[in-house]
Formats: sequence, structure tokens, C-alpha cells
Amino acid sequence: MTVNARSTVLHLGLIAILIVLGLVLPTYHQGNLARILVLATYAIGFNVLFGYTGLLSLGHAMFFAAGMYGCGLAMHLADWSVLPALGMGLASAAALSLVVAVLALRTIGVAFMIVTLMFAQAFFLAALYLGEWTGGDEGFVIAQARRQLAGFALTEPLTRFFAALTVFSVALLLTAWLMQMPFGRILIGVRENEERTRMLGYDVFRHKLLAVVISGTISGGAGAAYAVLFGYVGATFASVQYSIFPLLWVLLGGMGTTIGPLIGAAFMFYLIDYASGLTNAYLLIVGAALVLLTLFARAGIVGEIRKRWVPWLP
Amino acid sequence: MSKLLKTSRRSLIKSVGAGALMAGTPLLGRFASAQSGAPIKIGFQQHSTGIGAAYGRWYGRTTEAAVKAINEGGGINGRPVEIVAEDDGTDPKRGAEVVEKFANQHNCDVAFGTLFSHVVIGSAPSAGEQKIPYFVVSEGHHVASGGLNRYTLQPGITDVKSQVQAMAPYVADNLGKKVTMIFPDFAFGHDHRDFFTAAIEAQGGEVLEHIAVPPSETSFTKYFPKIPRDTEVLYHVMVGPAVLTFVKELGEFFGPSSPAIFGFIDSLEAVDLTSPGLEFLEGTYFWEGNPRYAQADQSSHDKNFRAAVGVDENGASVSDPKDVSTYAHMFGCWETLHVIKAGMEASGYQGPSDRQKLIEAVEAMTNMAESDAHPQGPKVFNGKTHQVFGVQYISRVENGRLVKVHATSIEDTYYPDEVDYTTQSF
Repeated sequence: MTVNARSTVLHLGLIAILIVLGLVLPTYHQGNLARILVLATYAIGFNVLFGYTGLLSLGHAMFFAAGMYGCGLAMHLADWSVLPALGMGLASAAALSLVVAVLALRTIGVAFMIVTLMFAQAFFLAALYLGEWTGGDEGFVIAQARRQLAGFALTEPLTRFFAALTVFSVALLLTAWLMQMPFGRILIGVRENEERTRMLGYDVFRHKLLAVVISGTISGGAGAAYAVLFGYVGATFASVQYSIFPLLWVLLGGMGTTIGPLIGAAFMFYLIDYASGLTNAYLLIVGAALVLLTLFARAGIVGEIRKRWVPWLP
Repeated sequence: MSKLLKTSRRSLIKSVGAGALMAGTPLLGRFASAQSGAPIKIGFQQHSTGIGAAYGRWYGRTTEAAVKAINEGGGINGRPVEIVAEDDGTDPKRGAEVVEKFANQHNCDVAFGTLFSHVVIGSAPSAGEQKIPYFVVSEGHHVASGGLNRYTLQPGITDVKSQVQAMAPYVADNLGKKVTMIFPDFAFGHDHRDFFTAAIEAQGGEVLEHIAVPPSETSFTKYFPKIPRDTEVLYHVMVGPAVLTFVKELGEFFGPSSPAIFGFIDSLEAVDLTSPGLEFLEGTYFWEGNPRYAQADQSSHDKNFRAAVGVDENGASVSDPKDVSTYAHMFGCWETLHVIKAGMEASGYQGPSDRQKLIEAVEAMTNMAESDAHPQGPKVFNGKTHQVFGVQYISRVENGRLVKVHATSIEDTYYPDEVDYTTQSF
């Protein structure tokens, strides 16, 4: 079997396993998995830029929140139905990521991190400032009755799970396909050696710009899906810790791996969920687990598996 | 190798003895008479970490005390109450997850106890979807504004709109009519801005200047020169880790000559009034949800409440006088748990299938007399808006203590209904 065929089997197999899990898991874990899939979609978006292109953004929460607000405000203020509102969420994130890309890509390295962080802070404060429409830090609820798609109630647990799985699968397959295409290879080339890629005649700026837009749009898609599936939109999602979360998930799962974001998001979710059941000082347990992982699995969980046992892992 | 389970005469005597001892304990005896001895499980969404942690700690202590009092009084419908606490990190995303955990993992009967508005609003959709009654203790206007759902209720603490508007008559009559407001530039501050401005104008007063302070601010001196010179009353409200800096810098700015100062105690909740730098607060006024210092006319109910929670007459922990409570808010947990008890008893609540009956029973409540169950004062619950209304207190700082100078009527806190949740289906 070729590497590409193996990776197709892996991704379709993963989706099949998730379908089965969605059908057999108890309600609580089914609900958790739906959330994890949406968050993993956000991490997949982040991974396109960080894991594959080598650009570390510390402001991705603004893209997630742009999708969330684009979709949520269209439903809340303009009474749009779910599908066009989701489209508005994607368009908002794409437009914002294009603007940020044009400006932030004038910088590299640490400066790129700081500029993206500053843009995200500006976005966060703007969301608070425009509280009359955005609800500021309190946010707003999208009424349960409005969250319907083609006659299906997205508030019904199984429907919501499959909607989340659909969003995740599209993002997963899209990025997996993209990274097998010449475009993806060039992104990896930029990550490995930007100068050499430029010397070979590739337009590095254009590729990096597209990477930011694709990454931001996928992240925004996750934000829009979160608004529709879980019914809440608020400025917390634009705050700095929501820029750090996808970095953490990707590092834990394995940067530059297709399934790493899912593994990282699921690992963190359940680490917090179980540790908080044991003690109120659960952040200590979480911190210790992260330190151990950093010490003994520097490439992340999937990255370490690839390094040690399965070198073909995409 | 398996071992046969044999009951020896000695172990049988031991078991019977233990059983007799258990049944002989008055409390357990009462529970044993109930139809089902299984505890009523109340999911407590606690801000143990994050920005709400100071509140969360005291909400936790009050909740423990209330449950102890309820259990000592025979529990609910003869069943003991058990609290299942989960930290939400004062985060709306985790808050929603915690509500789902209460409903589906812990099999709680109801969820309760959230304070910060963004966590309430973020969690309310989950409560509605899981069909679990969600009793919040938040003082936000979000419930009564109609933005949430039929499963979300606030029967134990008044909302910011009623609190703020009830202050205006006293401020206009006693402190001055030209007001400058200084508040945090996010939703909580905007509520104060909008509701107080309208209320003071209704009293023939005016707001000269609205000074909004961005939430990320750590120093406030540059905002104070914006206060107009002809200001008669400075109205301040601030929350978060920088409150102490805010109040100290305000004192440094004005020195001995300042306009009348009126603040919400939120600015100094859980802060010792005798902290260095706060001397200038002498003679200034505060809204208090519940007077922190035991007053000369202290009711027996307040006395009992303090004793149960472990708060001294200065509003600090009996075990550590430096550990100041969030006294203006935390009574809400005590009262809400007693409302849950009253609602469950009125509806004959047996289990999750009776959740709708419980909500209808609470919606049917109206007058709540001042009592050990309602130590803060009498209240009136509005079943349509799911919001309770009650008296508010204004205190003046005298000799480093907050002394009550005014109590509003409940009528002062009323405003027209903005929603009728009873028309929504379950």
C-alpha cells in the first residue's frame, strides 16, 4: 500500500471509529466528544499554520471568534437561518485572516507572534467595546428553537454529534488532502527552510498568505460550528487563553500530524475532566502531566508514535 | 480461589448493633422514614479557579453551611441533600460542560450556584437542552431580560437592574443630583451605566460624565482628571484583581476634598476595609446586598446565618479575621438552596422526572418572608421573569465599619416585566 493510500485508510478508519463511538458512548461522553470534535477542528486550523508552515500565531482566538460572531450575530441580530449564518461565519473568518495575513506576514519569528497577539487583543477589546451588539464579555445565547438545520434539531445529542463529526471530517480530510498536494509540500518546505524554498522559485509570501487564510478560515468554521451547536457566543472565546489552547492541543497531539490535533484536544479535555474530579488543585495535575509530556514526548503523542513505531503516519 | 461468605453469630450481632445505632441517630432516623433514602443531588457549579475564585470560596462555604442546616432539619422530602461541586474555572465553555456533567454523569437533580454572568449565559443553553433546573446566584439581569430559558431561575438574589435603580432616590435626595459614573468598560459596567443613568434622570438628576475603564487597566490615575469639577456625587463600581489599586488611587487623587462618593461594594467585596490606603473611604457610601458588619438592629436570622457559615460580626471568617467574606452576595446561595427545598417539597419532588413540576412550583412562589431561610430580608419572586426582588441596603463608612443608613423598599426595585418564561414550553 502506498503512503497516500495508507493515510486515506487511516483517516477514513478514524472517522468510522468516531461514528461507532458516537453511537455507543453514554450520553455524557457523546456530548464531550461532540465538543472535542469542534475544538479539534479549531486545532486542525491552527496546525495548518503552526505544524505545517512553521508560523506560530498567538492570536488564533480572533479567527475562532470571528467565525463565532459572524455566524452568531447573523442569527441573533439579522434572524438568519443556520446554513447562511455558518457561511457568514466562514466569510468573516476568511476576511479577517486575509487582512491579518497581509499585515502580520511583513514580520517573521517572534515579531509575527507578537503582532498576531496584538491583533487578537484588539479584536477581543473591540468585542467588549461593541457590547451593545456583541453582548460584550457576557455574550448572548442563540435560542434553542433557532438551532435547526434541514428539519434536524442541532440541540438533540446524536444530531449534534454527527454535525460536529461532519465539521471535523471535512477539516481533517481537507488538510490531509492539501498536505499531499504540491501546495502542502511547499508549505512544509517553507517550514523546513524558507530561504531554500524561495531560492527554488516558489512564491513564499503567497503560500504563507494562503496558509494563514486557510488556517484562519478552518478555525473560524470551528467557531461558527460552536455557536450553532452549543448556542453561546461570547468574548471569552476571543481572549488570550483561547489562542493558547490550540497551541497546547497541537503540541500535545503532535505538530504537523493530521490526527494530532484531535488526540491533543481529547487528551486535555479528559485530563481536566478527570483531574478536577479528584481534587480542586487539578491544575497542578494538569501542569505535571504537561511537564512530563514535554520531557518524554517532545514531538507530542502522535509525533512520538510516528518517530518510534509508525514512520508513515501523516 | 473463592471464599464462601458465611455469616457468623458474632458478625451478625455486630451488624445488627451497627444498624440499631444508625437508626437511633435522630437525623438518620428521619431520613430512613422517607420513601427513598437516596440523597437529593445538587450540582454546584463553583468558581474555584479563575477570576471568580474569591467569590467561589465563600459561595462554597455558604453552600456547605446551608446543606448542613437543611440536612439537620430533616433534608428535603425526608431525603438528605448531597452537593456535587465541580469547578468551572469561571469560564463559560467549561461551565456548559459542567452542567452537562451534572445532568448526565453525576445524575444530579438540579444544578445551582453560578455567579459570573458570562458563565451563566454560557451554561444556560446546556441546562435548557439537558432539561435540568438551573438555579443561578448571579445578580445579573440576564435571567429577567428574557435572554435565557425556562430551566434557568434566579430566586435567591436580586438582579443588577433592580439594585441600581433602587439606589437613585437615596442618592438624589441625600448626596446630590450631578453624578459622574466610573465603571468597567464591559457588560457589568454597562448595566450600571444604563440602568443608573435612567434612574437618576427619573429623580430629576443627571449624569455629567460616563468614565469607562478598559478591563485590562491596572492603573487608573489618568481617568480621574476626567471627573468634572461640578460633580456632586462620584458613582464607582469596579471588579477584578485591580479593585484595591482603583480605590487607593481614587483616594490619592482626591485627598481630603472630594465630592460625595457612592460605590457598589463589589469594588471592595472580600477586601478588608482597614487595609492601608482605604482610610479616605471614611464617610463614603456603599450599596450592600447584605450588610457586611453586624448592625445594631441585627435580626436573629442574620445572627443565625453568620453562625452557620462561620462569619464574625465584621464579616470575616471566624477562624481568620483577615479572610473577609463576600457577604453582599453569598447569602444568595443559602436562600437559593432553601428555595429549592421549598420548591421540591411543594411539588412532592421524587426524581428527575419531576423536574418540570419543580420549576412550576418555584414559578408559583411569590412572597418569601424574612426568616432563617431568607436572612437577607423579605423577598417577592416573579414567576414570569424567574427573578426575585428584595430590599437593598445603603451603608456609610464610619470608623472603618460599614453602618447601614438606608434600606430600600421592595417596590423601589421593581421594573416592568421583560419576559414571561411561563409561556415557553418545557
